[in-house]
Amino acid sequence: MSKLQDSSLFQLTAARFRLFLREPEAVFWIFIFPILLAFGLGIAFRNRPADVLPVAATTLQLTQSLAADKGLTAKTLDETEGMRELTIGAIQLLAIQTPQGVTYQYDDTNPDARISRMLADRAIQAAAGRKDPVSAQNSLVHEAGSRYIDFVVPGLLGMNLMGSAIWGLGFSIVEARQKKLLKRMVASPMPRWQYLMAFLLSRLIMLVIEVIAFLGFARLVFGVPFHGSLWELALLCILTSLAFSSLGLLIASRARTMEAASGLMNLAMLPMWILSGVFFSASRFPAVIQPFVHALPLTAAIDALRGNMLQGMHLNQLIMPTAILLAWMVIPFAVALKIFRWR
Amino acid sequence: MSLTALQPDRKATVPGAALALRGLKKAFGDVQAVDGVDLEVQSGECFGLLGPNGAGKTTTIEICEGLTELDEGEVKLLGLDWKRNANELRQRIGIQLQETQFPDKLTVEETLRLFRSFFKRGISADEAIRTAQLEEKRKARVGTLSGGQKQRLAMATALVGDPELLFLDEPTTGLDPQARRHLWDLVDELKHAGRTIILTTHYMDEAERLCDRVAIMDQGKIIALGTVRELIASVGGEHIVEFAVKSSTDINTADLATQLKAIEGVHSHRIDAGLHQLSVTSLHTTVPRVFEEMEARGLTLTEFRTHSATLEDVFVALTGRNLRDE
Repeated sequence: MSKLQDSSLFQLTAARFRLFLREPEAVFWIFIFPILLAFGLGIAFRNRPADVLPVAATTLQLTQSLAADKGLTAKTLDETEGMRELTIGAIQLLAIQTPQGVTYQYDDTNPDARISRMLADRAIQAAAGRKDPVSAQNSLVHEAGSRYIDFVVPGLLGMNLMGSAIWGLGFSIVEARQKKLLKRMVASPMPRWQYLMAFLLSRLIMLVIEVIAFLGFARLVFGVPFHGSLWELALLCILTSLAFSSLGLLIASRARTMEAASGLMNLAMLPMWILSGVFFSASRFPAVIQPFVHALPLTAAIDALRGNMLQGMHLNQLIMPTAILLAWMVIPFAVALKIFRWR
Repeated sequence: MSLTALQPDRKATVPGAALALRGLKKAFGDVQAVDGVDLEVQSGECFGLLGPNGAGKTTTIEICEGLTELDEGEVKLLGLDWKRNANELRQRIGIQLQETQFPDKLTVEETLRLFRSFFKRGISADEAIRTAQLEEKRKARVGTLSGGQKQRLAMATALVGDPELLFLDEPTTGLDPQARRHLWDLVDELKHAGRTIILTTHYMDEAERLCDRVAIMDQGKIIALGTVRELIASVGGEHIVEFAVKSSTDINTADLATQLKAIEGVHSHRIDAGLHQLSVTSLHTTVPRVFEEMEARGLTLTEFRTHSATLEDVFVALTGRNLRDE
């Protein structure tokens, strides 16, 4: 055996790592679940090409005018047949030739039908020779970085870093306390700081796997961009994970049973799941609670991650969220060390 | 019957003692768990702390192990104390606690390597596995071990630091008879290797089998201290006679008791749930006199047996209660 393997810090960290890997559920929740979630959301919110709307007209000439618009497919139907197809939703609009001009039959409470009305009228007026007074150009935005999946990936990353740190630390410590293992450990000459340090070290090793797997997936499958420095992104992930580890340690510092710990963890995480802007921007909440929302570690983490990944911001532009994360790392850790129940 | 000979002696602590306790007191809220305990254990001794559940054994031993703060008194282990020499003491003692559950998903070997890494010197994890006879389970996860094997693993974690002083708190509680005997053999081996062992138990047979000296604790105090032989002798008789008679209304119990106590060689008499118990010096002279007495009174014996006095009987004689009642 080498010197390193004889050291208690190595043995403690190795034990933590083994215990984690031998817990299939934990491996699923931390490594697999976030990838599945990102995949599901990516599919649900994928950017589809604009729909082509089905319409119909009573004369061949009107049908040709309508078909000239790329947003419409048109066919010719007589009025009775057209009304029937309208009621079953097979077409969105029926253009009827009248002696005075054209009548559009459509349901104005249906957004697709309203769009059809606008497109159809534009097509028919253009075919009749209308000239637009202002010339307009379209420039379409489908760029990576402004899609929903790009927005949600840093959110999911932050949420996952929170969950794995708080659950990983909290449950292991409280379980050891409940099973009297913690008491047995402090009855041995084990340095107490090493016991806690082993949690942080094993957390950092898992962090590497967890973050690379998740972001690698987001990159390969959805082409999520990394506009910022990868080193700074790594630093932010570490800082986030340590801040939540520190919070997990505080939650686990007194609890004697798994039930109590589990309640405390949910109590701590629930406001962040809701308020911290994982799935939608936190700025949607009322102004009065914004200071509270921004003081939450998950809000700070997600703001910083989005700033780095989507806007390419540097750490010196992310001083506020970084400072909040640092405070969440230092203060709960100091308090936890003071009140920690070793038996 | 005099108990003064059994009171723990209060002379100054000998510096060479492996363990010395003076005036130990500890309360949890209103409960005085330990109420003035003085004790000395010489090195190389196997010492047993006996008593029913709740007698204060575990609190006493956890104060010795530096896990519980004391309210009053003095504790010295190997001439050191917890306030000044905690780190050194942790290196030199071995501890097995009640009901520690080691992580189910680590193997026996991994658990022992982990614990070995905490000690500066000691035996190898392999040697601890051999001593605890867990060779076949070396690669097995702790969760798959039987109760006895888990207890031997706990013992092995206490041994990896090659301790001078070994604390075992209720080492066989909850084990089946075969696993208990297996563990006793292990303690025997450790004894013969010259280690000082301090164990708590509420099994009197365990103390008789393993301990050079025992202290009987009850309600936070040591009520008797000595070798097993001394304690049994102190009850007055080496044999216990137990009998019951067919119940009838005209038995004058008080008169019968006086008559029985008057028989030569009878040291004490008590009745517990209809069962008469006599402690006697020699069976062959006393038992015939007991039969004569029954005969003379026309009483019919429904039960009759004798056994050599045990620590159980000592406890009953001292407290008037059975150990198992607790």
